[in-house]
Amino acid sequence: MKILVAVKRVIDYNAKVRVKADNTDVDLSNTKMAINPFCEIAVEEAVRLKEAGTASEIVVASVGPKSCQEQIRAALALGADRGIQIETEDSPESLNVAKLLAKVVEEEQPELIIMGKQAIDSDNNQTGQMLAALLGMPQATFASEVSIADGKAQVTREVDGGLQTLAINLPAIVTTDLRLNEPRYAALPNIMKAKRKPLDVKTPADLGVELKQHTQLLKVTEPAERNAGILVSSVDELIEKLKNEAKVI
Amino acid sequence: MEHEVMEFDVLIVGAGPAGLASACRLKQLDPDLNVCVVEKGSEVGAHILSGAVIDPKALHELFPDWQEMGAPLTTAADQDEIVLLKDKSSSVKIPNWMAPKTMHNKGNYIASLGNLARWLAEQAENMGVEIFPGFTAADLAYDENGRVQGVITGDMGIGSDNMPKDSYMPGMALHAKFTIFAEGCRGHLGKQLISKFDLDKDRDPQHYGIGLKELWDIDPQKHKPGLVIHGSGWPLEGDTSGGFFLYHTDNNQVAVGMIIDLNYSNPWISPFEEFQQLKHHPVLSQYLEGGKRVSYGARAIAKGGFNSLPKMQFPGGVLIGCDAGTLNFSRIKGTHTAMKSGMIAAEAIFEALSNDRIEAEHFEQMYKDSWLYRELFSSRNFGPALHKFGRWLGGAFNTVDQNLFGGKLPVTLHDRVEDHAKLKQANESKTIFYPKPDGKLSFDKLSSVYLSNTNHEEDQPCHLQLSKEELPLTVNIPLYEEPAQRYCPAGVYEVTEGDTGKRLQINGQNCLHCKTCDIKDPCQNIQWLPPEGGGGPNYPNM
Repeated sequence: MKILVAVKRVIDYNAKVRVKADNTDVDLSNTKMAINPFCEIAVEEAVRLKEAGTASEIVVASVGPKSCQEQIRAALALGADRGIQIETEDSPESLNVAKLLAKVVEEEQPELIIMGKQAIDSDNNQTGQMLAALLGMPQATFASEVSIADGKAQVTREVDGGLQTLAINLPAIVTTDLRLNEPRYAALPNIMKAKRKPLDVKTPADLGVELKQHTQLLKVTEPAERNAGILVSSVDELIEKLKNEAKVI
Repeated sequence: MEHEVMEFDVLIVGAGPAGLASACRLKQLDPDLNVCVVEKGSEVGAHILSGAVIDPKALHELFPDWQEMGAPLTTAADQDEIVLLKDKSSSVKIPNWMAPKTMHNKGNYIASLGNLARWLAEQAENMGVEIFPGFTAADLAYDENGRVQGVITGDMGIGSDNMPKDSYMPGMALHAKFTIFAEGCRGHLGKQLISKFDLDKDRDPQHYGIGLKELWDIDPQKHKPGLVIHGSGWPLEGDTSGGFFLYHTDNNQVAVGMIIDLNYSNPWISPFEEFQQLKHHPVLSQYLEGGKRVSYGARAIAKGGFNSLPKMQFPGGVLIGCDAGTLNFSRIKGTHTAMKSGMIAAEAIFEALSNDRIEAEHFEQMYKDSWLYRELFSSRNFGPALHKFGRWLGGAFNTVDQNLFGGKLPVTLHDRVEDHAKLKQANESKTIFYPKPDGKLSFDKLSSVYLSNTNHEEDQPCHLQLSKEELPLTVNIPLYEEPAQRYCPAGVYEVTEGDTGKRLQINGQNCLHCKTCDIKDPCQNIQWLPPEGGGGPNYPNM
């Protein structure tokens, strides 16, 4: 079975997000970038399926500028077999990514597509669902457990009320939630090997996709600062302040 | 324990300017050499912090066309100001002729050293150097003859109970014909090498400073790209020496920072609070007011210079850059000297490899024939003069020595007391009460550490170890009021009071990897060991 995993290059979860002084966007200059944590979980899940003998090949795709090859290499170091970078200028919006990935799926014909439920930069939570719609494939989002048998995937989903277990026919799309697995560390020899694994570069034109802009970024601002709290010495003082200063009671 | 082994021609520990210059030089000399660099930061540049005004001398030797190649040295330092702060509101400018020549910056560049390291790493990778960020060199590996054979990388996935977790990945043995140590100031392996091979025999002890730095976005109206301000004086008092800098870089940013010598005697001193107070002085606040702080960090500096520099070559490798202590304190610059020491190490190793010799013992002679030796020699008295004669007489001595005699006065001053031994007891020292931060120019430690993007895997053993568990309670707290809670710039050390009395709490996850605790603890009881690879600060543009 072939698995396709999509990964996104995002600001590292440890890095503090800074807004550009002119409020046009987030300042990413010389900031630590990393593979989106949910995408990393997707890679780990694919590698575990391969180690279990369920999968035979793992292809990693990423959409973005040349720098996203770093994240493809990181996925190859974790155990994926080959990479595809789809060269675009900036990080395109979800629908464009889904359209590009749909073409990759048509070319590669994977039986399972695993991707993160959302990226920690834009927090859209859209690409997986859009891809499923474009391809007309079954989808199981927010997976916390995946098992494959008899041409079906059994997926446990994290939903508001608890857990829901679905059986879906392959080929299908699974998006990962945090509890699915804990990704391994890449070992040094594997990082070296990853540098020699095949990595194809394609353009949207190669895939016959025209990128259209549907949304426009108007302004980015930091959240309003919270005022420091104060310690009150008695319940009476608290009530007095709630009444007269905060005016909430 | 047996480790899986990987072999290289040359292994370099630390992807800073020294290590990367070394890697590039090796590949220039022999493109077929198999060169590996390990770096404990999550990426190259993540742990690099410097002012920085950089002299491009060594970079120019390494890559003569560095400007066309796009090295991130773009803001020429074209205006120098030297200011003495008399008290919290007044100051005097020192005319240029009165300042030691070494303080003039014509021909230098204001830059981010982290970004220079990132750029050097790109060049090195393009030449085929294998760089592995996120991997610590935890231990030294020796062969049966006691020669350094390489390093053992740190285990990953060990829990705070010292037991392997599910994610456990054992460290590897990285072996090489030669190992270059470029860990930066007070490297924990460098420290072991100096003691094992007695490299500091007949040298003065190393002297250190702690450097604190912030990056600010300022009002474009107030921004003067290329302006370099140095100064000293207020708020430092008594025998505490140090100085500050404020550099106008590009993008409407300034880098502001303070260096405090770690030979201070008063245990009540908090370098962090001194720095926060400093920013309220009009000389600095005129630029900072209305601006926004975007980054914060701290790092110890090896500033002993020529007299403290250990022997750098030893069986199996070379110790370079700030790991040895090549910084020229009279110029407050270490990048060009660190890079040069790395390039000489590369040349010495290449020479040894080409002649089938197993040691790079020609390093010492090559170093002595270089401008690096001459530069460090001529500045050898600068630090000791300030320590011995104080700020005024010492400064005057330095101006005469540097400007009239070019550093050739036929005397050598020494400073033979280790920095930690200078600390006096709390009850013999003046208690210092620092004002509260105003949240505009000055801040508290925790909100500062937040801006350094510091992160460590939480479930891991504490990487700051006490050789003797009881010393905080028996010595540090009763005699010194535990100075670690003040000299640590990240709030790692806290004295808490519970039902069972006082105890020292170590919040290792805040650690900025500055190494000050390893240096300044009066009992030398704190051992800084590398945490799990990738942990520590993630400095952008520092």
